[in-house]
Amino acid sequence: MEFAELIKTPRVDNVVLHRPFYPAVEGTLCLTGHHLILSSRQDNTEELWLLHSNIDAIDKRFVGSLGTIIIKCKDFRIIQLDIPGMEECLNIASSIEALSTLDSITLMYPFFYRPMFEVIEDGWHSFLPEQEFELYSSATSEWRLSYVNKEFAVCPSYPPIVIVPKSIDDEALRKVATFRHGGRFPVLSYYHQKNGMVIMRSGQPLTGTNGRRCKEDEKLINATLRVGKRGYVIDTRSLNVAQQARAKGGGFEQEAHYPQWRRIHKSIERYHILQESLIKLVEACNDQTHNMDRWLSKLEASNWLTHIKEILTTACLAAQCIDREGASVLIHGTEGTDSTLQVTSLAQIILEPRSRTIRGFEALIEREWLQAGHPFQQRCAQSAYCNTKQKWEAPVFLLFLDCVWQILRQFPCSFEFNENFLIMLFEHAYASQFGTFLGNSESERCKLKLQQKTMSLWSWVNQPSELSKYTNPLFEANNLVIWPSVAPQSLPLWEGIFLRWNRSSKYLDEAYEEMVNIIEYNKELQAKVNILRRQLAELETEDGMQESP
Amino acid sequence: MEHIRTTKVEQVKLLDRFSTSNKSLTGTLYLTATHLLFIDSHQKETWILHHHIASVEKLALTTSGCPLVIQCKNFRIVHFIVPRERDCHDIYNSLLQLSKQAKYEDLYAFSYNPKQNDSERLQGWQLIDLAEEYKRMGVPNSHWELSDANREYKICETYPRELYVPWTASKPIIVGSSKFRSKGRFPVLSYYHQDKKAAICRCSQPLSGFSARCMEDEHLLQAISKANPVNRYMYVVDTRPKLNAMANRAAGKGYENEDNYSSIRFQFVGIENIHVMRSSLQKLLEVNGTKGLSVSDFYSGLESSGWLRHIKAIMDAAIFLAKAIMVENASVLVHCSDGWDRTSQVCSLGSLLLDSYYRTIKGFMVLIEKDWISFGHKFSERCGHLDGDPKEVSPVFTQFLECVWHLTEQFPQAFEFNEAFLLQIHEHIHSCQFGNFLGNCQKEREELKLKEKTYSLWPFLLEDQKKYLNPLYSSKSHRFIVLEPNTVSFNFKFWRNMYHQFDRTLHPRQSVFNIIMNMNEQNKQLEKDIKDLESKIKQHKNKQTDDILTKELLHSVHPESPTLKTSLCFKEQTLLPVNDSLRTIEGSSPADNRYSEYAEEFSKSEPAVVSLEYGVARMTC
Repeated sequence: MEFAELIKTPRVDNVVLHRPFYPAVEGTLCLTGHHLILSSRQDNTEELWLLHSNIDAIDKRFVGSLGTIIIKCKDFRIIQLDIPGMEECLNIASSIEALSTLDSITLMYPFFYRPMFEVIEDGWHSFLPEQEFELYSSATSEWRLSYVNKEFAVCPSYPPIVIVPKSIDDEALRKVATFRHGGRFPVLSYYHQKNGMVIMRSGQPLTGTNGRRCKEDEKLINATLRVGKRGYVIDTRSLNVAQQARAKGGGFEQEAHYPQWRRIHKSIERYHILQESLIKLVEACNDQTHNMDRWLSKLEASNWLTHIKEILTTACLAAQCIDREGASVLIHGTEGTDSTLQVTSLAQIILEPRSRTIRGFEALIEREWLQAGHPFQQRCAQSAYCNTKQKWEAPVFLLFLDCVWQILRQFPCSFEFNENFLIMLFEHAYASQFGTFLGNSESERCKLKLQQKTMSLWSWVNQPSELSKYTNPLFEANNLVIWPSVAPQSLPLWEGIFLRWNRSSKYLDEAYEEMVNIIEYNKELQAKVNILRRQLAELETEDGMQESP
Repeated sequence: MEHIRTTKVEQVKLLDRFSTSNKSLTGTLYLTATHLLFIDSHQKETWILHHHIASVEKLALTTSGCPLVIQCKNFRIVHFIVPRERDCHDIYNSLLQLSKQAKYEDLYAFSYNPKQNDSERLQGWQLIDLAEEYKRMGVPNSHWELSDANREYKICETYPRELYVPWTASKPIIVGSSKFRSKGRFPVLSYYHQDKKAAICRCSQPLSGFSARCMEDEHLLQAISKANPVNRYMYVVDTRPKLNAMANRAAGKGYENEDNYSSIRFQFVGIENIHVMRSSLQKLLEVNGTKGLSVSDFYSGLESSGWLRHIKAIMDAAIFLAKAIMVENASVLVHCSDGWDRTSQVCSLGSLLLDSYYRTIKGFMVLIEKDWISFGHKFSERCGHLDGDPKEVSPVFTQFLECVWHLTEQFPQAFEFNEAFLLQIHEHIHSCQFGNFLGNCQKEREELKLKEKTYSLWPFLLEDQKKYLNPLYSSKSHRFIVLEPNTVSFNFKFWRNMYHQFDRTLHPRQSVFNIIMNMNEQNKQLEKDIKDLESKIKQHKNKQTDDILTKELLHSVHPESPTLKTSLCFKEQTLLPVNDSLRTIEGSSPADNRYSEYAEEFSKSEPAVVSLEYGVARMTC
């Protein structure tokens, strides 16, 4: 297919662009295969450069022959284009609609994008599982790398390499895979160096209504326990939901068969409930006319912050089991690809100082989200404005980022990255020139040959010039476990994401700059004082020498 | 003291307010003449001023002892468990007596002694001079003059002696108008905008009933509008909801009829009365005190309390004032019923938007002295300083502080002071430790001889101003002359640091603000160090050149030893690390201790208490 077929009118003059908090701009609108570009003719600068894949929905209106297209983006921005001429407007609208909803992944921009920067470090190789495992292998010999899923035959949503207990062989893993949803047998997610406790994750056990059991599964998860120790199974579903799952062949670990494990049910919402929550929240944030009561009741009704609290509480619980109770944890929901990953990754943010650094956080996303098989392609296909609701769309990753932001806000000096880093990840998860978030699993990414055909987001982000934008000037390595407060009074709305396009952040940005200036100035002064002190010391010794003979 | 029967109780438990697992600290409770003191086993002290106690409650006896719940006006809530019921009863009775004094003379301010002599005390009282302030605004001038009509408090008891009115307003007009206004509070100047030559004036409601008129009052309003040479129209802003104002007409009060006043535009802005505000805050506190509060209950509670709606209404009214002056060049007359609650809120907030001086530490004190203290906001009644009518208590001034806080959130660089300053002022409107906020009007304060018998708060705050400085303040910037806040609903947030100021588990564990504040302080020190070092180096160099010159004269030999110079073993001195360099902050009284605690707590990377009970509580299913 040629993009040209979809673009009937590639160029329209005298288009007026309206954006909140900016004056309207008149210019020439150009459509390319992947971008919508508006440049004002005066100084030849692009006023707008928008990826089609960032467009969530469009509305069109006509007043006489003047057409108006309202573009709603996946990053929640809303812009308006006034296009003279009905035909042009209709053509542009239909092109945008077609180009923003391309079916084939291989037509997406990452396959066409040619980087304008020199790749110093190829991000596709930055976080290899073998390297990650090396971090653990110095501390423990109880675990091993397994290549049982090399051909993605045992579990299609797992990466080729996983970490499992040393005492369990690949044959047993194959058997366990048949007992777990989607073949997701329990694997190591995190090893707590302080006390050797671990977080494992998996899919639900397929016990069904007749209480099926699997000896290998029991052996596997018991292999992770120290002698005489108990562990916790955190099921991210309520007991009710977990019981209902038995009717569909799923289920949960029966106490009788797993006597050393104590099961805790939490209820983290999934799928359309989350999507609706996002839609409601964004709608509430976008309406500036709401009076106070309406705003508060809409904010409440969206339930977004309830989800945040629930996810954070569960993550705290997992971290608490590990760090305070000295017990290992197995976490799963149904598939083990959504709420499970929210909990395992947030628990690591709480427990592991490395995951609060930029590299460490990237490694966490690579390990716990991309390789762990969170279906980004499905979850992030649409955002808050789309009308055609698909069952599998859900802002699971955005909720995770929001939770990270909440912790960052409570521990503003303990993270190497700043809020902009999280916002950047949100944007790229939904629309990007990079291949990192394409596909739903490692096996899909392999088939798409993303490593050969697209650029990794990390290659770009980890350049020093880019990194400086995302570095937290207040960062001071903190090796402690950080326990966030989960009281509603401590969990505000993430304004940087949800109010980003609805209010001017000029004064806040300036204040942030001033803060950075104070920190920079402090460093400068400290350096200068040190130089002067050295100078003075030298002079004093000289003097002493002059006087002593 | 005759009210104190038991001065010391041991083995008392202090419960964590938000803990669902009944976490507690054990320690000793002391009762002094002014404070309740709890010292836990870690020697950490909790001081509670008797005057801060809003209510004491003795709950039903439990197996571990007798629970005593104390709610404070600064939103501290403590929950003790006293082992013996008898002790609990004694403490309870003592606190009931001590927290509700019948006479002003029994308040802390009359016994508080910060070791200053009389002249220092007097100087302290002279720190804020309102005559100076009116001069700064540019009055008296050709349109406005100082009136001596109220010099003896004969026309209006609740106004100050010195009032500024249009020069065309003669004494008979003033007297006539005052008879037509509630409590005699006739229209006077509150703020004069020099560039626009427009004024903010204030008064109480007219006694218009359904049809009454008063020629003098009409004259006075006309005089005010004529005092503005640019725009002859002026706004009359009634800050009440229209319905309330109309109901007042039946009682012979009411609002201005546009037909009777030649050049006014009348406007309601709909701020609710003190009773609505009191119960609104009560609801807010009830919701937020719930253990294991859900997000949903928090927001629906916030909504149904109406608190943020009220805050927004006050802010909107202030913006209306600022706009009238800046955009239309029009003067504004503001009133509510008596003109001492909502009127004070709106006039002071409007001036704060218009004039950057009020956004400095000193200027903010002046603003409070002018629009609140001198114009007779009834601090003693609103704060319940004495055992009085609980229906007179209302968080009107707290709302004003909250509006200011919201502005500091929207304009982080526009204010010289920080949040701690607002919290500290809030602390002292209730503490009765200083004389400023005692009494309900200037006349009463003079009768109490406060300036002779008590101290003023302001010099103490100024002395400590380091603690209250906003490190991000940009005084040079001219962008902030007039603040134009955005009052979209989502810009109003729950002020956690006020209403949960003592519930530290709810606060961020590291405070960016404190770090930047310390760093700013440290930068000043470093600048000084650099100057010192540079001058020392210069001295050495001069000395060396002198030495060299003399030596050259004597020996013409230059004693240099490059080998030694390079091998100098120099150890870099460690500079004060920012996070540890917390100054020990001394408060003016033990009650101030919380600020040092505050700072310490904030700088810690690990929380003192882990608030995970929500999760743990349900671990048993």
